[in-house]
Formats: sequence, structure tokens, C-alpha cells
Amino acid sequence: MPDTLLFAIEVSLNGLMAGVMYALVALGFVLIFKASGIFNYAQGVMALFAALTLVGIQQGQVPFAGLINAAFGTSVHSFGWTVPALLSIALTALVMVALAIAVERLVLKYLVNQEPIILFMATIGLAYFLEGFGDVMWGADIKRLDVGLPQGLNLVIDEATFGMFGYGFYIDNLDIVATVIAAALVLTLTVYSQYSRDGRALRAVADDHQAALSVGISLRYIWVLVWAIAGFVALVAGIMWGTKLGVQFSLSLIALKALPVLMLGGFTSIPGAIVGGLIIGMGEKLFEFLVGPLIGGATENWFAYVLALLFLVFRPQGLFGEKIIERV
Amino acid sequence: MLYREAGDFKTSYVADSQTFPIRFDRWGYYAVLAVAFGVVPFWIDDYWANAVFVPFLIYAIAAIGLNILTGYCGQVSLGTGGFMAVGAYSVYKLMTAFPDVSIVIHVLLAGLITAGVGVLFGLPSLRIKGFYLAVATLAAQFFLVWLFNRVPWFYNYSASGQISAPERTVLGVAVTGPNADPWAIYMICLVFVVALAWLARNLTRGALGRQWRAIRDMDIAAEIIGVNPLRAKLSAFAVSSFFVGVAGALFFAVYLGAVEVGEAFGINKSFLVLFMVIIGGLGSIFGSFAGAAFLVLLPVFLKNVLVGGLGWPTDLAAQIELMIVGGLIVTFLIAEPHGLAQLWRVAKEKLRLWPFPH
Repeated sequence: MPDTLLFAIEVSLNGLMAGVMYALVALGFVLIFKASGIFNYAQGVMALFAALTLVGIQQGQVPFAGLINAAFGTSVHSFGWTVPALLSIALTALVMVALAIAVERLVLKYLVNQEPIILFMATIGLAYFLEGFGDVMWGADIKRLDVGLPQGLNLVIDEATFGMFGYGFYIDNLDIVATVIAAALVLTLTVYSQYSRDGRALRAVADDHQAALSVGISLRYIWVLVWAIAGFVALVAGIMWGTKLGVQFSLSLIALKALPVLMLGGFTSIPGAIVGGLIIGMGEKLFEFLVGPLIGGATENWFAYVLALLFLVFRPQGLFGEKIIERV
Repeated sequence: MLYREAGDFKTSYVADSQTFPIRFDRWGYYAVLAVAFGVVPFWIDDYWANAVFVPFLIYAIAAIGLNILTGYCGQVSLGTGGFMAVGAYSVYKLMTAFPDVSIVIHVLLAGLITAGVGVLFGLPSLRIKGFYLAVATLAAQFFLVWLFNRVPWFYNYSASGQISAPERTVLGVAVTGPNADPWAIYMICLVFVVALAWLARNLTRGALGRQWRAIRDMDIAAEIIGVNPLRAKLSAFAVSSFFVGVAGALFFAVYLGAVEVGEAFGINKSFLVLFMVIIGGLGSIFGSFAGAAFLVLLPVFLKNVLVGGLGWPTDLAAQIELMIVGGLIVTFLIAEPHGLAQLWRVAKEKLRLWPFPH
């Protein structure tokens, strides 16, 4: 096989893997959108917040150290212990549940029956708040996240492809782990929403709020549940992206990358989020590889949006979205 | 007692449909104009111009522009930063290509160019709505910023990739470049703001504004009663982008002087202007001013209190500022989804009856 084709295959494989990472974030959006009709802009910041909290707990940082030091003139930084990875993940999950309860109590409760656009803007406000809160709580410096996930070149694939084509593909171990975890996550969520009691309630709420209320499903409980699950998905995404890029502000920007994924896949479809993620991931890597050098590079910044925009003009509800029916 | 309409008789249609039907409002408006034109330019110094007045005036233009699109026509846009960049780079190219033409004309031309770009990116709004459209406008934001970063023609092949405004004068007074006096940059912004706010106010209450509001309230129903959605939506995009483009041109040429596109016109600028519109009040010209004033003054105030007053480090103050801005937005949406403008309206209703409510 010619070299360019091999490169292109390698690039598209890596694009697929990157797409899985986008899909992880998009998944959180879809969950909340389906169950409450809220477009949760804060999903990306939740991933950042989860990753920050995880690192903070793991390394035994004192929360709000900067604030305490500034207010009382002390200089505390850390408790001086480290927490095992699994325990700190569990603790972070608890923090995310607490966050879900707080969001429901302090924000959503008061915004029932408001227009979707007002709710969307409220989540933008929430995103700003969380971003500042996370930084005040744990400090804004770039942190390294290590929970023991494998990283670097996968030797097995490298050798196998070298044997076949005479050229070893570079596939990152972390991307493989991410793919496996994403698959497991989607499977678990599907089974959960299909067979468990809460899952059925969740689907009922997604279908029709009022009908769900009338058969005795507590909307507020479902909302807390959905935000907690979205928080958990954010934690998983935060771990993956944090391990890959380091825990820093730009993590919250992956939320923006998840938006075109959602538009492509449709806001209401979990498989759509995955497929959309794969298309965007592969498309932008291939475009950068094939066309990028001709027009100045760094096309990854906008390719996804323009692709989604063009796509939407032809199919406004996305690939798997429900058909939009409008009545006067 | 002062604020009442009793005894204020309207004897013509013109008098009946004026912008400020209550005498007290009208005199208040004249008083504000008189202070803005007659008092402020004489005592304004560098700090007040650069920290408060000039950014307030420029953001007010941008907020009015976005308010026309989002508040009046109901099309949410997250591309404001990108459109401001179009205005800035247009005015830069025009300034350097035609040095003899007046800067005022250049700024207006930059607005027109931005209007053209806005219409282009507004085309999808005919097919897609709501969130989908909001995300689609992100395409404009990211693509435009990338374009100005990567195509050297736009920044005249300068080594740093930055653009910087050469000195230009209006009536013999420098308004751009390092030698411009604070009062001069304040005055040129003020003239633009007053003219554009007047234009916006009259557009939004005329036939075009009614079409926009019909589209906002329910586009299918509007279509049935004879509003052409193509015309209404694209004209909203054009007018809105014109305002935003002028704001971007002034932001670059008059306020900052030198600009790096990703930093000055990034996605955060889009959100900032959107917040101004939300906090100020969707669908209100006064609200655009109130929102711009609020979000320009808040960081100045917080910085003075936290850094100047309490002596906290600046990065901590910046983080707390983020928290407060986010918290305030949520609080506003809960307490008053229609923003400061609605509070003002309610206050006026109360004032009419004060001190003897029924």
C-alpha cells in the first residue's frame, strides 16, 4: 500500500479515537437534554470541575487555600497526605452528586416553566460560576492527573500493523481505554434506562413532563438524578481529558467541541452522540491532514462547526434526532 | 409627584407616538445628553476614559446590535466576537488602504461590510432555529477568528500578526493612535452611540421592528399574517451586524489601538455581550445601555474593592469576579428574566402613583 493511504488510515483511526472523547462529553449533554429539555452549557465546566476536584482530593490539597491565605494571611497548601486513586474517584463522584442537588435546589427549582432559552442562559451563568468556583477552590495552575490509566504507544497494534503493511500505526493506549470505557458507559446507561425503576421514570419524564407528574413521578428527584448522572459522565470525561491534556482551563472548551457533535447526531439521541462524535473526530483529523496544509493549518478550530452548519441546512434535526413538528 | 402624565396633553399623532411620552422622562433624557456632551468631556481623564466611559459606550453599541437580533428578532447569536473582528479588520484595511478618507466614513463602511458577512452567516437561520442556530453561529465565531489569524492579507503581512491603528483625525483632532486625547476618543464614541441608539430606537418601533417582533413571538404565525421571514430575519442579521461591526471597528481603532484577534474577539467577547443583553433586558434599548454599564463597572468595582481595598492577589480577584458574574446572571434570570429594563419599568409604574397609590 502507498504511504499516503497508510497515513490517512492512521489519521482516521486516531480521529475515531478522538471522536470517542468528544462523544463522552456530548453524552452528558444528551442525558440532561432528554430528561429536562435543558441545554446544559455547563457540561464542559463540570468535566473541568470534576477533574480539578479529583486531583485536589488525590493530592490532599486544602480547598479554598488561596482564599483562606488571602483573607487570614496564613499559608496553608496541603494536608500532606495522598488519597488512593479509586477512593478519590468515589469521593469526587459524591461531590458531583452534591453539586447536582445544589443545582436543583438553588437554580432549577425556580426556573420551572421558563422558556428553554432562559434555562440555557442560566446554565451559561452556572458555567461561569463553576469555573470561578473550581479555581478558587483548587487553584488555577495546570495540574497533572494520574489515576493509573495506561498511556503512550500501543506496542501490540504497532507490531501487528508493522508485520502486515511494513508501517506501524501509532495508537495511544489511553484512547483505547477511553473507547472501552465509553462503550461500557453507553451500554450501562442503556440497560439502566431500559430496565431499572428509575430509568423508566426517567424516560417517562423525557417523554412528557406533565403526564409523568400525573402518574406520581417526582420531577425534582428525577432532575437531581439526571444531573448526578451527567456529573458522573463529566467525571469520566474529565479523567480522560485530564490524563490526556493535563487539568487546565482549556478542558472546559471541549464542551464547545461537543456542540457540533450534538448537532450532527441530534440533541435527543444517545447513539447519535456517539456517531456524531466519530464523524466529527475523523472528519476534522482527515480534513487537517488532507486540506489543512493548503490553507494554512489549524483547521480543527472551526471544521466541526462548519461541517455541522452545512449539515443542518439539509437536515435540521440532526442524524438521529426526532423530527421537529411545529404547530401554531 | 413629579413623575406623572396628568396635564401632559397630546394634541397630535406625532406627540402621541414620541419616544418619551412623559415630560419628566423627556427632560431627564435631555439632561443626560447635556451632561454627556457638555460636562464629561471637560473633566474626563485617561483612567476614566479607558476604564469606564469608552468601553461602556462601545459595548453599548454592540449590545444594542445583539439586542436587535436576539431581543427583538429572537435569533440567539454566539458569533458577536467574530462579527466585531470583521468590523475591526475592515476598518484596519480601509484605514491603511485609503488614508485620506475620513475615519468616520471608514467606520460606517466597516459596519456595512460586517452587515454583509452577517447576512451570509444568517442564511442558515431560515432553516434552523433555537439552540441549533445558536450553535451554528459559533461556526461564524471560530471560522472568522481563524481567518483573520491565518490569512496574512488581513493584517497587512505584519510580523507579529497584530493590527495597530495609525493616527487619524476628525476636524483636526486626533481620535486614533497613541496621541489621541481622552476627551477626543470619548467624544467620537459618544457621537456614534447617540446616533446609533436613535436609529435603533426608531427602527425597532417602526414597521421593520414589528416584523422582527412578530418573528420572535412565533415565526409560523408571523408568516401566516404576511411577514416575510426571509426579509425579516436577514434584515435583523444585517442591522445587528452593522451595529456590532461599528462597535468592533471603534473597539479596535479608538479604544485598544492594537489588537490580536484571538484575544480581543474570542468566544468570551461573544458571551460578554450576550450577558449584557440578558442582564440589561432582552428587547430594550435602555436595557442594552444598562447591561453594558453594569458589566463594565462590575469588574472595575470588584477590582477596586478586592485588590485595592482588601489587598488580595489579582488572580484570586479575577476568579471571584467570574463567580460573581455567573451567580448574578443566574440570580437575575430567577428574579427577573427580563432584566434591568424590566426593573426600571416596574419602578416607573410605581413612581406614577407615588406617593398616593390607590
